[in-house]
Amino acid sequence: MALAMVEFQKVFKSYFRGTLEIPVLKNLSLSIPTGTFLAIMGPSGSGKSTLLNLIAGLDRPSQGAAVVAGQNVSSLSEGELARWRARHIGFIFQFYNLIPVLTAAENVELPLLLTPLSKRDRAQHVHAALELVGLADRAHHYPRQLSGGQEQRVGIARAIVSDPDILLADEPTGNLDKNAAEDILTLLSRLNREMKKTIIMVTHDPHAAERAQLVQRLDKGLLA
Amino acid sequence: MSLSRLIVRNALRHKVRAALTVGVIALVVLGFGLLQTTVDAWYAGVEASVQNRLIARHAVSLSIHLPIAYRDRIATLAGVTGVSYANWFGGVHRDAKGFFPQFAIEPQSYLDLHPEFQLNAAERDAFLRDRQGCIVGRKLAAQYGWKLGDRIPLKGNLYPGDWEFVVRGIYQGAEPATDETLFLFHWAYLNERRKTFDPDRANSVGWYVIRVENPAQAPQVVQAIDTGFANSVAETKTETEQAFQMGFVAMAGTLIFALQLMAALLNGITLLVLANALIMSLRERTREYAVMKTLGFRPAHLAVLIGGESLVIAALGAGLGAALTVPTCNAYGAFLSSRLGNFFPIFALKTQTLLLTTSVTLLVSTAAAVVPMLQAVRIKTSEGLRHIG
Repeated sequence: MALAMVEFQKVFKSYFRGTLEIPVLKNLSLSIPTGTFLAIMGPSGSGKSTLLNLIAGLDRPSQGAAVVAGQNVSSLSEGELARWRARHIGFIFQFYNLIPVLTAAENVELPLLLTPLSKRDRAQHVHAALELVGLADRAHHYPRQLSGGQEQRVGIARAIVSDPDILLADEPTGNLDKNAAEDILTLLSRLNREMKKTIIMVTHDPHAAERAQLVQRLDKGLLA
Repeated sequence: MSLSRLIVRNALRHKVRAALTVGVIALVVLGFGLLQTTVDAWYAGVEASVQNRLIARHAVSLSIHLPIAYRDRIATLAGVTGVSYANWFGGVHRDAKGFFPQFAIEPQSYLDLHPEFQLNAAERDAFLRDRQGCIVGRKLAAQYGWKLGDRIPLKGNLYPGDWEFVVRGIYQGAEPATDETLFLFHWAYLNERRKTFDPDRANSVGWYVIRVENPAQAPQVVQAIDTGFANSVAETKTETEQAFQMGFVAMAGTLIFALQLMAALLNGITLLVLANALIMSLRERTREYAVMKTLGFRPAHLAVLIGGESLVIAALGAGLGAALTVPTCNAYGAFLSSRLGNFFPIFALKTQTLLLTTSVTLLVSTAAAVVPMLQAVRIKTSEGLRHIG
């Protein structure tokens, strides 16, 4: 059996609205094997994004242990978490979140600025990532000059350029038309199949979830 | 691509906003430069003063004169290497607008004690020989188009009557701070005529200029002069030339303070304008900063991005402001000269003023970035990603 890339033990997460504590994840235990393409589904407010944020180390559990890529993320400081994320996590956003003043290539290069790679090596990595997503010819285009699907592909190239262990995708097709969404899902499947990336995708779309190997449903902070 | 490139792109992201912010900073730098140059103009006399010169005047007021006989007593004091004297004349050339500083001096000793008034040997000799002769500063000569041999009429106020002088020399200042708008003539000529209309006050001088061998001896010489003439009919007040000049500056102290306050307020404007622009940018880019944190950028990186953006805008503003300050100061100096005559004999922008205003602007820009930097550092990534800017 493959080693777990994500191991959650009785993770409890709550937020406070004033003095009112709102539980979001309730003693959730979860194990995601390395190389899995997992889709997490559930209604709004079920805790999907919170779960993704905990895996990415953007948030810390209120209680319980969250081990990702062999690291207990609860024990790291914010600075250490940032360094850890840069090495292990690739994040794909629903709204692409590209920097508008940077070209596609410069957006993809952004995470590599945190590495000791030379300018030439960075350029090679960027070219490879853009080629993988089929946008090498759009390297010098700004986000406003790209379609939504192309922007998302640049977002994926940015997520994979530093060769992370896990790709986290938060509604990656939620803002795209059917054809563009299909292209993105195909691309994610390829990354999982050919590059053995562990992919955890949050989605509302049952069609998108069908492309994953596993589907987990979350409801009111509990796995169904 | 590098972080510095991202900083520049971010700084110029909103072209109109960036242009307006740069414009405001440039105007602030220009205003600061003009105000500081005006303050400097007030202090020009202080700056031009020499360490080893003292001024002795009447203890009560500069308008009360001292006997000429004091000269020989002062000259014999230990540490004194030269004594000269002068009177304020206060006449006008043609009309009231034709005002410039005129002093009746003892020519030989006065020029010896003031080597900063540079005069060629022939002109110096001609001046010393001609009791009705005068020497004028280069700027004053240029202002009135005077040349050697011209006869200059003055109408006396303190010393009534029509006076006429012959230009025997045009001096140049040895230092940029040397006043080149003075009109100097023979004290003996003034005294000779004074004997006819005001004989009781003849043989008196407005002040003595004393050169000491070593500036360190100044306190002893000051004390020796003032105690030497204590309880006499004309007690003296002796001080360094710098302190004497500061006395004139102090008369305009409130105005100068107001100018300095305005200069400080201008820097406050820079701080607020820049901080406002940065906070607006931060609010718009909260999500971008959260994305960068998600990608692995640390709070320090965001601080560098915001601080750098502030510096880029401030540097552009300071550069533009400095470029505008040079011609504007020249034009303003000419305007002041046309309105106030030689009230400010030295009105020149100093390099250190430009350096000061530029450094202060850059310093203020760093201060302006502090609050936005702290805000960016504190952005909670998961909340920032949901932010709609």
